[in-house]
Amino acid sequence: MIPAAFEYARASSVEEAAKLLNKYGEDAKVLAGGHSLIPLMRLRLAQPKALVDINGIKGLDHIKAEGSKLHIGALTRHVTIQNSAVVKDKLPILAEVAGEIGDNQVRNMGTIGGVVAHADAAGDYPTIALMLDAEIVTNQRTIAAKDFFKDLFTTPLAADEIVIEVVFPVANGPHKYIKFRRRLFDWAIVGAAAQKMNGGWRIGLTNVGPTPVRATAVEEALHKGAKPEEAAQHASDGLNPSGDLRASPEYKKHLARVLTKRAIEQAK
Amino acid sequence: MAVTTMVGAKIHRREDPKLITGHGSYVDDMQLTGMVHMAVVRSAQAHAKIVSVDLTAASKAPGVVAVYTARDFKKVISGGLPVTESLIADKKQTPNQFPIAESEAVYFGEPIAVVLAESRYQAADCAELVQVEYESLPVLVDFEKALEKGSPTAHTGAPDNVAWDVNFNGGDLEAAFKESEVTVKERIIQQRVFPISMEPRAVLANYVPFGNQLTVWTSSQVPHFIRLFLCIGLGMPESQIRVVAPDVGGGFGSKLRPYPEEYLAAAASKLSGRPVKWIEGRTENLQATSHGRGHIFDIEVGAKRDGTLLALKITMLSDLGAYIGVFGALQSSLAMLLSPGCYKWKAVHGRAIGVLTNKMSTDPYRGAGRPEAAHLVERAVDLVAQELKLDPADVRAKNFAEDFPFTSILGMVYDSGEYQKSLDKAKEIVGYKALRQKQADLRKQGKYLGIGLSTYVEICGVGPSAATAHVSGSLALVESSVVRVHPTGSVTVAVGTHSHGQGHATTFAQIAADALGLPYANIEIREGDTGDTPFGYGSYGSRSLPVGGVSINRSCQKVVDKAKKIAAHMLEAADEDVVFDQGQFYVKGSPDKRKAMGEVAFAAYGPGLPEGMEQGLEAVTYFDPPNFTWPFGAHICVVEVDPETGEVDIQKYVAVDDCGNIINPMIVDGQIHGGVAQGIGQALFEEAVHDPETGALRTGTLLDYSIPGIGEIPNLQLDRTITPSPTNELGVKGVGEAGTIAASAAVINAIVDALSPFGIKHVDMPASPDRLWKQIKQAREHSNGGKEARK
Repeated sequence: MIPAAFEYARASSVEEAAKLLNKYGEDAKVLAGGHSLIPLMRLRLAQPKALVDINGIKGLDHIKAEGSKLHIGALTRHVTIQNSAVVKDKLPILAEVAGEIGDNQVRNMGTIGGVVAHADAAGDYPTIALMLDAEIVTNQRTIAAKDFFKDLFTTPLAADEIVIEVVFPVANGPHKYIKFRRRLFDWAIVGAAAQKMNGGWRIGLTNVGPTPVRATAVEEALHKGAKPEEAAQHASDGLNPSGDLRASPEYKKHLARVLTKRAIEQAK
Repeated sequence: MAVTTMVGAKIHRREDPKLITGHGSYVDDMQLTGMVHMAVVRSAQAHAKIVSVDLTAASKAPGVVAVYTARDFKKVISGGLPVTESLIADKKQTPNQFPIAESEAVYFGEPIAVVLAESRYQAADCAELVQVEYESLPVLVDFEKALEKGSPTAHTGAPDNVAWDVNFNGGDLEAAFKESEVTVKERIIQQRVFPISMEPRAVLANYVPFGNQLTVWTSSQVPHFIRLFLCIGLGMPESQIRVVAPDVGGGFGSKLRPYPEEYLAAAASKLSGRPVKWIEGRTENLQATSHGRGHIFDIEVGAKRDGTLLALKITMLSDLGAYIGVFGALQSSLAMLLSPGCYKWKAVHGRAIGVLTNKMSTDPYRGAGRPEAAHLVERAVDLVAQELKLDPADVRAKNFAEDFPFTSILGMVYDSGEYQKSLDKAKEIVGYKALRQKQADLRKQGKYLGIGLSTYVEICGVGPSAATAHVSGSLALVESSVVRVHPTGSVTVAVGTHSHGQGHATTFAQIAADALGLPYANIEIREGDTGDTPFGYGSYGSRSLPVGGVSINRSCQKVVDKAKKIAAHMLEAADEDVVFDQGQFYVKGSPDKRKAMGEVAFAAYGPGLPEGMEQGLEAVTYFDPPNFTWPFGAHICVVEVDPETGEVDIQKYVAVDDCGNIINPMIVDGQIHGGVAQGIGQALFEEAVHDPETGALRTGTLLDYSIPGIGEIPNLQLDRTITPSPTNELGVKGVGEAGTIAASAAVINAIVDALSPFGIKHVDMPASPDRLWKQIKQAREHSNGGKEARK
């Protein structure tokens, strides 16, 4: 549980952070909340040569509603999203998702930018970002969520590219996120999200493959008037989840169907 | 009249303010001048020949002080780790474990080299530079397969993998089955689990060559054992070794044995001339601290149609790991000896086979054999009830042992019990009758409520020397105490137990305060340091109170006896005319003229004592109990299972426990809470999983291995009955493990009860949602129900 040696640098601006990342190259990691990175380092599964700490950068923790968009700064902590009146008003599902992440300590430190950039298949925000066609804004460009989550822990971010904010569409209609897990503070075994938006449904799934999944077959079936139970049968279409100690692939597919049905039925 | 103000009082633990404000003193808090840090290079293979160990790079690492392998340690350590004997075995094989592997590694995580460095970080970096060349050997993970003829062996050159084969037979089994009108069979698996104390293991060893003195601070439940075995392993006199177990953050049985690292740190200090600190990381803790449970039970139960239990046949396979745990045989024996539970049987026959595999040793974990026994017999009773369509509470009532002392079919003498009373109380609290009605109503709505009973009996107070000597290498597992009343009436009580969460500083002081008639605040409890406590046997098996506590009480009585003589002398009365009451000595009938214990204490160190009496006021006791103690109780768990997802929701948990007389109700409740949490952990969440091919741990971190937290443990409804133990004058039995012993059966019985409409008759642990979902699905697919579902 002792990490390998690394250098540490604290940036006070995005430009400085980019410069530092450039200096250290591929071996550097951005430190935001650290709740995924530091455990990996303690197990020596990650051995970055340098950490660029962005926690000192001001102005990256904003929550702003502008027209039909909700802008959330990358350094915004889960607890802030969970309790934000703006998020509860404009995109309540996101506040609910934030409140289901880890425990108080995790929520006090963890950031939305960190979760998105880490691109863990079991992360909850990526599912919401993907299903709502959110955009990930970096110091270099804007990337659509559907182009961002490429593979397990894999994004198109360049070595000196930093997530600045995540831009969601405003959606405050009926919604529900069900995070199925063994223990209260666990990652999702499978998660299912349902959001009514622009007269249709958006359905997203967590941890049923290397990336978050948008269950378009379910959305289409619902659009054609299928009942939630029938439509949810399509939640596992095309899924090929890997099994692990908590769940077999079959069980994950089953959960995708059951949880999708429940999320649609319980959406309010 | 006896003083009864402190015993039974619900007072806060006096150790808590220090511990919860971060002022505890654990091994890792200690710093010595010149101290170096040890890191252990562990086998990355579960079974391999060690071809070479290249230390070149490691020896040049920044901050490195020394790198040692088995070859170096052989200069200072001889022999191997101790192992208790199994009971009379038909067959025995005990591989000798040297603390560090030399030519063959037999489990994943076995020490191969150690490095010493100036800092902990440098030690960890340096350890990565040690290059071990392995030649892989066949790996034994599946312990049933390891028994097959022609199986490879866990140790090269061993005849087979059988460590022992022991029979535990009582009654005429054939006749009992012949009389049976119904028989049921089941396979019950006790999965391997990790004990997981909050504080992992930790050692600080300081060898001082001048005077040949070794001091070892270790996170242990048994400092005196550690000293005994270190003195044997290092060839040093006990008088030159001091072992201190300071504040220890939990043990749960995993710290009641010497470990390789204690020998290695001590030897490394001797070799390097520097104090050596080793702090176990959590990953290491999961790999290299003993595991718990790890058995397969095949059982066959015979009963009459009216529910009368007759016959129980058990075959128990135990996954021992590569080396037999120091107390591995003891826990296997306890599982067998307690398998009749609190019931009358005509015959119980058990066969216990210990199997060697390429894994870490299994050793006691909270309950050590008794949770296994309780789980098996409580499942057996429910299987009979389900087969006969009888209420499991009625089947229990029909078979409870009633007359005490009760001799079980396996010859154990249960000291006292009122099994029906505790079950009745639990039923009343949970509202049993109404719950059964609710269950029937909910089933009509497609909801699956289950009610699980667990009426356990367990064995504590280890132990009477006559019964324990042959499993402890001729040690009498008695407990020692020294009670010393100082001239001004403050008291030092030194005892051979160790507290790592039990609250001895509080409960032992409560006992001594009453027995001596002195204020609770005057009593200081000393334990854990071999330098200032008498040789003692440590804390495990819920023994501290029924053996150590009683020992303290007896030392106090001896002190009072002497004090009474002094008081009589002071009062110019005959000894037999003096009464001791509420801390005051007075002549019978004239309580106005009195001497307080404090005054007598001062006088005891002064002149003018009765003729022939020496100064001082202190006493020593080694208490050898006449019998074990037998706590019992009834737990009822109520669950709802979601048939769509297999999720289990514990809706209610009622625990009625009887641990005899109670010293501190708050501490008793705390023990039950923690114990039940660990039982629920095993029932629903925990399993140590090894890769079937490589033997590597797949549950190598607490991300992969789920222990329950605050979100998973329901509010427990606790109550008790009190049936004093006749085994000791305090009437106490012990309570440290009761919750764990009872809980897993209560939870699993509840789940099976919930799923019985699907024809499901048994569920293995951990009853995870995916496992239950699969079982429900299969049961639904097969019209003939549960039997098919389990295949």
